[in-house]
Amino acid sequence: MGSRRVFVCAVLAVAGLAMSCSPGGNDAGGLSGSIQVDGSSTVFPVSEAAAEDFMIANPGVRVTVAFSGTGGGFKRFCAGETSISDASRPITQEEIETCAAAGIEYLEIPVAYDGLSVVTNPSADFVECLTMEELKRVWEPESTVASWADLRSGFPARELRLFGPGTDSGTFDYFTEEVVGTAKASRTDFQASEDDNVLVQGVAGDEGSLGYFGYAYYAENQERLKLLGVDAGGGCVRPSDATIEDGTYPLARPLLIYVRSDALARPEVQAFVRFYLTEAPQLVPSTGYHPLPAERYEAGLAMLPGAAGM
Amino acid sequence: MKERVIGWLLFLCAALSTMVTVGIVLVLLRETVAFFGEVSLAEFLTDPRWTPNFAADQQHFGISPLLAGSLLVALGAAAIALPVGLLTAIFLSEYAADRLRQVLKPILEILAGIPTVVYGYFALTFVTPFLRSVIPITQVYNAASAAIVVGVMIIPTVASLSEDALSAVPQMLREGAYGLGATRFEVSTRVVVPAALSGILASFILAISRAIGETMAVTIAAGGLANLTANPFEPVLTMTAFIVQVSLGDTPPGTMVYRSLFAVGMSLFLITLVMNVVSQWVLSRYREAYE
Repeated sequence: MGSRRVFVCAVLAVAGLAMSCSPGGNDAGGLSGSIQVDGSSTVFPVSEAAAEDFMIANPGVRVTVAFSGTGGGFKRFCAGETSISDASRPITQEEIETCAAAGIEYLEIPVAYDGLSVVTNPSADFVECLTMEELKRVWEPESTVASWADLRSGFPARELRLFGPGTDSGTFDYFTEEVVGTAKASRTDFQASEDDNVLVQGVAGDEGSLGYFGYAYYAENQERLKLLGVDAGGGCVRPSDATIEDGTYPLARPLLIYVRSDALARPEVQAFVRFYLTEAPQLVPSTGYHPLPAERYEAGLAMLPGAAGM
Repeated sequence: MKERVIGWLLFLCAALSTMVTVGIVLVLLRETVAFFGEVSLAEFLTDPRWTPNFAADQQHFGISPLLAGSLLVALGAAAIALPVGLLTAIFLSEYAADRLRQVLKPILEILAGIPTVVYGYFALTFVTPFLRSVIPITQVYNAASAAIVVGVMIIPTVASLSEDALSAVPQMLREGAYGLGATRFEVSTRVVVPAALSGILASFILAISRAIGETMAVTIAAGGLANLTANPFEPVLTMTAFIVQVSLGDTPPGTMVYRSLFAVGMSLFLITLVMNVVSQWVLSRYREAYE
């Protein structure tokens, strides 16, 4: 009995010590809490990079970043489940109304530019560029284009295997709007996934593949993918810092975050958003996207409450 | 008095499982009925396209591609698991020495204990490249890899249950056959297996229903394209993988996509229910009772 009591006391003592040493609250930054971020898989690399660096500087804060897709992210955002929603397309009227009905106010803050990339398998040495018209013929609803030869005469008769984001994805909304003409109008027989890594895997593995996703996923897998240029009438343009900045790349689009105004009242959320926008000029290029001009980030910072003098 | 309380407690536990089952069925039913308010049963069964997550004018609710995907994987898995499992069971029951059996059976159990997501990852990173080197038309996401690993996954189910059925055959049947001059192979295949047939068939059906319900391995390896095909080297979307695909995004209640989830869930439930009922019937019909 005696030794057992000693054992129990020892366990309690160790537990007590462990609890008093736990992180969260009383160290350097003083910030604690948890922040939920969800939304676009395109914006995910940037938000994730910001979250990681922020958590290193503020160990008391837990930032979780998910990627349900822009649409999925907004559904959760307007239900009050997340504080920040990543988006690779602006919020739609329907989503604005849903948020208004739930009494959720928010700030819309652009964080980067993306050159949405059309990619194919490295073995496809017969194609360097596709016109917007060809892309439309491939991706429009009820499209009958089944092989590369159908797309342009002179292409080999290789079966066309399509990969693209799922219907909850902002990239899907943006691409269909720009290429097909109506948002969400697309053929249905393609391999769909909200997870762009699944698409990378598919395009890299299949000789007749054609896919589209955010530039960051191409940048990270350059040896396995071939980037195609897009011709919107002014010649073949590949996404690059220069062509995004001067607007010649037809599929350049802003990436945004939406932050709930009531969440900004919490010090850790405000600190995170501030950190995000301040570090963006370094973070964004490291993920492969194109940073905004410095004034845009400063304008974003100025939107935050209590901006003056911080 | 204490005995009564214990009796009630045990009854409550049993009732809990029953109530949960009934609850699940009711929830499935409610949304499925709402689904069929919009989509006719004829369209559900005959339309060759399944596109519920696209815009309203492009939505098609034909379950055939999903059924084809699930069946392709399940039948492929069965083609591997049923022969291998049964032969393993025969070996364990009729041929193996006691000590060998004591080593082999636990190893078989380990195979059953590997998480299904690991099997899926294994399919994608090992089986698919191997298949592509042997059969070049295989695509990156294909039904064959998934079928192969699901087959390996359910071998223990078939082997274990069949071996139990084979062991339950009374020794005197074997001795009688040996006495008549039969070889060990003849005894196993002509006497023991037919005697244990009901248990073996039941294990087959159980294994196939497990293969149909398999989720993680097919989601990772089989693909995300609803494809009505009999070609196992193309990507397919199984019923289970569709449920994962939609659930990963956010699905507002009341939409057709949401209801299609339940319609597919109900179909899965009915298929496995029918298989279980059939296996019970087979067990009772072909059971041979010995004193």
